[in-house]
Amino acid sequence: MPEFLSIPVWIGFAVLIAGSAYKLFTMAALAKKEKTVFPTMSGQFGLRSVLHWVVPFNTRNMRIHPVMTVVSFLFHICLLVTPLFVMGHGVLWQQRWGFSWWSLPPLAADLMTLIVIFACAFFFVRRIAAPEVRNVSTWREFAIVLLVASPYLTGFVAHQQWLPYSAIITLHIVFGILWLVAIPFTWLAHMLWFVFTRAYMGSEFGAVRNARDW
Amino acid sequence: MADPVDMAVEDLGIEKGLEKLTPQRIAEVIRHVIDNESAARLKVYLETCVRCGLCSDACHTYLSRGKDPDFAPVAKVKDTLWQMVKRKGDVDKDFLRSAARIAFIECGACRRCSMYCPFGIDIAYLMMTVRRICNLLGIVPQYLQDTTNSHAVASNQMWVQPDEWIDTLIWQEEEARDELQGARIPLDKEGAEIMYSVIAPEPKILAQLLGNMAIIMKAANVDWTMPSSDGWDNSNMAMYSGDFEVMGRVERLHWDKAAQLKVKRVVMGECGHAYRGAVYDGPKWLAWKQPPIPMVHAVEFYYELIKSGRLKIKEKFTKPVTVQDPCNIVRGRGLHDKLRYVVNALCEDFRDMEPRFEHNYCCAAGGGVINCGPPWKLSRMKSIKVKAEQLEATGAEVCITPCHNCHSGIEDIIGHYKLGMHVTFINEILVKAIERPED
Repeated sequence: MPEFLSIPVWIGFAVLIAGSAYKLFTMAALAKKEKTVFPTMSGQFGLRSVLHWVVPFNTRNMRIHPVMTVVSFLFHICLLVTPLFVMGHGVLWQQRWGFSWWSLPPLAADLMTLIVIFACAFFFVRRIAAPEVRNVSTWREFAIVLLVASPYLTGFVAHQQWLPYSAIITLHIVFGILWLVAIPFTWLAHMLWFVFTRAYMGSEFGAVRNARDW
Repeated sequence: MADPVDMAVEDLGIEKGLEKLTPQRIAEVIRHVIDNESAARLKVYLETCVRCGLCSDACHTYLSRGKDPDFAPVAKVKDTLWQMVKRKGDVDKDFLRSAARIAFIECGACRRCSMYCPFGIDIAYLMMTVRRICNLLGIVPQYLQDTTNSHAVASNQMWVQPDEWIDTLIWQEEEARDELQGARIPLDKEGAEIMYSVIAPEPKILAQLLGNMAIIMKAANVDWTMPSSDGWDNSNMAMYSGDFEVMGRVERLHWDKAAQLKVKRVVMGECGHAYRGAVYDGPKWLAWKQPPIPMVHAVEFYYELIKSGRLKIKEKFTKPVTVQDPCNIVRGRGLHDKLRYVVNALCEDFRDMEPRFEHNYCCAAGGGVINCGPPWKLSRMKSIKVKAEQLEATGAEVCITPCHNCHSGIEDIIGHYKLGMHVTFINEILVKAIERPED
């Protein structure tokens, strides 16, 4: 990794962590203001809902959109697992901190990266082709999809050494930083909120309304 | 795109209200609701939506109107709340006219879409926030506002006067006694096991349902009572017009009445809204976790009476029937299995709907939509073609609707789409089916 980028990388992580923490704390205070949010939350029904929605084809909506279900589950799994376990990142940890963990076999990492890239292409095309999605998409939505794909695309190209390595790896890191920073401040924040919104709706359905939310 | 016929509808409640508004007032009200009356839920929901459009297939309006993207739940939020928040309340009257139409007419707050959103975003709550804004701006559809005014003045939905209420109960008691000796409608009986709640359309236009209940209660030997004064109607249209102050007042009065009578339980008649207001929206506004006295819906009550053998079924209904799952007692209380138990106990030929249970479609009358009255009826009918197709596919002759709004809504659908079916409450089948005690 080019040395001049190490500080921006740290800043990227710092913004992600501080931004997310700020969001979580301010939202908790707002939830307290709304007197019925915390009393409604139920561990049992919240968890029931989250677990139902993280299993493919376990909800009616997933069953009526099979392609979207397959693509989005593969996308989310590969998106989260690849950066944590790709060998290149493991080497950096080893160099910096003197320890590392299990890495994905390079072929698997390549495949998973391609899945993320193709899934982003699918989401991009879907935003244009499906009228109900196009209707609520602005340039920002398309930009976010491209931003999400960019570290994976550049990472893949760098690994294949198709283009000058140092230029591509610099781009890879810059996009990676932007990606991290965008999480708390765009709708990528669904990464933070998914568990809470799901658990709240699960609690309302389960504990208050005695019904299923899938 | 929005339906040009609907856009041309002139609703005096909305138009007269718009005339009085200034840009300052509009911005002030919108900011007040967003900043002071809403907190975490609104903010998280707005931040979480990834604009994936997966809520679309949940909506009967979207499905019934040829999958026009403007009727998808997310589009309704985009064309109302997103703009209001983004522009910090700086929106014009044309925008508000369309926002009112979307929130009051094109969404019935049935909450089906919150089961389709991967994040469980409560889109109905967002639409209710738009209605709240419309209420504070004074741009509520005229007919709906009238029901709220009635709640505020007469403590019931249909301007029923105190003497009319008592007269109707006494009249229906007499009718019931003609059929079954000893049938009564006991008024203000302190310490009774059950307080029976109904909504204003019963004394106003469907009084026989009260007489039927007197017979059912006598046959099951239930210790029950009804209040003789205000607090008997918690149908609560204010909940849907966005007048949450009046909504809270209606619910408080209703629960106060039950507490004064020292009843053990409240049985809510066959109405979904009233049930929702009493156990869900009302307590939330009043910052109660739950109602102070347990409430059961009529479906649950009939289920208990039949299952325990307190009511014995003598003669089953023979015509083929289907059943509507009312949103507020199925998505809102999970009563679908008990509902089917009751229907199967009472009817020989039951044909279920598809999709069913929590996934059944709303009748499009609920959520205050039917209460917006004649100006919007054609729009409502266009928005519910999917229910007409669903009803027709059952091959049933009769649709059982344990909810007043479903009853009126499905009656309209049957008429508009010429389905040749009939609609009935469970009450009407039950009273004919049960064994009555010997004279």
